Amino acid sequence: MNAIELCGLTKKFGRRTVVDGLTLSVGEGELFALLGVNGAGKSTTIRMLSGVLTPDAGDARIMGASILTELQKVKSVINVSPQETAVAPNLSVFENLVLIFGVYGADKAAAKKAASDSISEFGMAEIQNQRAKTLSGGWQRRLSIAMALITQPKVLFLDEPTLGLDVLARRELWREIEKLRGKMTVVLTTHYLEEAEALSDRIGILVSGRLTAVGTAEELKKRAGKANFEDAFVALATGGTEA
Amino acid sequence: MSFFAMRNLKEMLRDKLNLFFGLAFPLLILFLLFLLNRNIPAQAGMTLFHLENLTPGVAVFGLSFVSLFGGMLIARDRSEAFLLRLYSSPLRAGDFLTGYTLPLLPLCVGQGICCFAAAFALGLRCSVGNFLLCLAVLLPAAVLFIGIGLLCGSCMTDKQVGGICGALLTNLSAWLSGTWFSLDLFGAAGKRIAYCLPFANAVDAARAAVGGDYGAIPGKLWIVAVYAAVLFAAAVLVFSRNRSSGRV
Repeated sequence: MNAIELCGLTKKFGRRTVVDGLTLSVGEGELFALLGVNGAGKSTTIRMLSGVLTPDAGDARIMGASILTELQKVKSVINVSPQETAVAPNLSVFENLVLIFGVYGADKAAAKKAASDSISEFGMAEIQNQRAKTLSGGWQRRLSIAMALITQPKVLFLDEPTLGLDVLARRELWREIEKLRGKMTVVLTTHYLEEAEALSDRIGILVSGRLTAVGTAEELKKRAGKANFEDAFVALATGGTEA
Repeated sequence: MSFFAMRNLKEMLRDKLNLFFGLAFPLLILFLLFLLNRNIPAQAGMTLFHLENLTPGVAVFGLSFVSLFGGMLIARDRSEAFLLRLYSSPLRAGDFLTGYTLPLLPLCVGQGICCFAAAFALGLRCSVGNFLLCLAVLLPAAVLFIGIGLLCGSCMTDKQVGGICGALLTNLSAWLSGTWFSLDLFGAAGKRIAYCLPFANAVDAARAAVGGDYGAIPGKLWIVAVYAAVLFAAAVLVFSRNRSSGRV
């Protein structure tokens, strides 16, 4: 069974079509990267799939539930780590985790237990009582992802998870993301080519709201006739005009 | 209280600036004006700063900071994408509104209690019944200021909220409430305008409660209640529209 099925998903802002008839399937347990330059429509796609934005046309099914007609069902099986760190600044790391688990319907005891487990899993014991606003960018990102994972979603959306991080913090986060492979379906948006190539099972290249190519990094390189992924991306994103 | 409402309460109480402006600043004003009043000769006939007049005014003035707390919290949640994260959670529209509103109500009541406790310590004479009535009479004003905060937070940046709620609203509610000086000084037209707004009516209703002039309360309170209902409804409308359009 596919975890995600997009069928002609479209979003317009005024006259501008930001996502244009996106049709795509992502398998259960797959780590899928949506790759594109700024403004390609990656975040808008994630916002539609997570029920924040309503599509203007088309539909998507997540674990079999429609984002148009069964949104609450969809929301109960997904979680999102937005592009910004999106943590509660005056709450501690522990309290942030308890909050998110509670918001998804857990009782206080279960939320505290899940938060403790998450803190151990993400190696955050030393900072668990620290307020989120005092954490470094890398720790805030890690907390943001832990908050998205604590509800054990079937589908996880990571919107530009390493944006603005230094190389070391990025690599550390990659290791966390790699651990998710096979455990849940992950859709990752990024404009870092090496990130998409290193982490994902398949990559979809999004250009001006349209999906121009989908495949593994090797398949995309072969299709573009290029030896490295950056050249392949440029060729596929520009239709060969910049290659 | 829900997880979300509890989070909002913690966010506000842990902000030291909030605590200063919401609690310490009105108490400081009360104390300073109390001292000022002691130096005004009785022959001057100036009763504005007598505790039974001053305390309800300061209590209403203190409530205006609640708009700032609520507005800043929502505006920051929008700008830092925290709301975006919550929009994709199973929380429903009603959960958001109660989550932002509920923690502010006990803050308002707590603020009123602190203000009156300080006034009692300074020598305010008011029965317990009238004090409790005054707290109840302050509730529509509390809803009014919560509504203004919710409205501003839903459509402004945190800097704009700081300007509108922190500077403009607090000044407006102070100047046009008749707490610091008599509204007669504005002239007849100015006084009429002030009484078309909710602030002076809220203060008068609270003063009537403290003074046991129960008959005067409804005539003032309904104006505050209408403003509170309209502004709160506008806030709910704007917030709900933002949410359904995915605008953060």
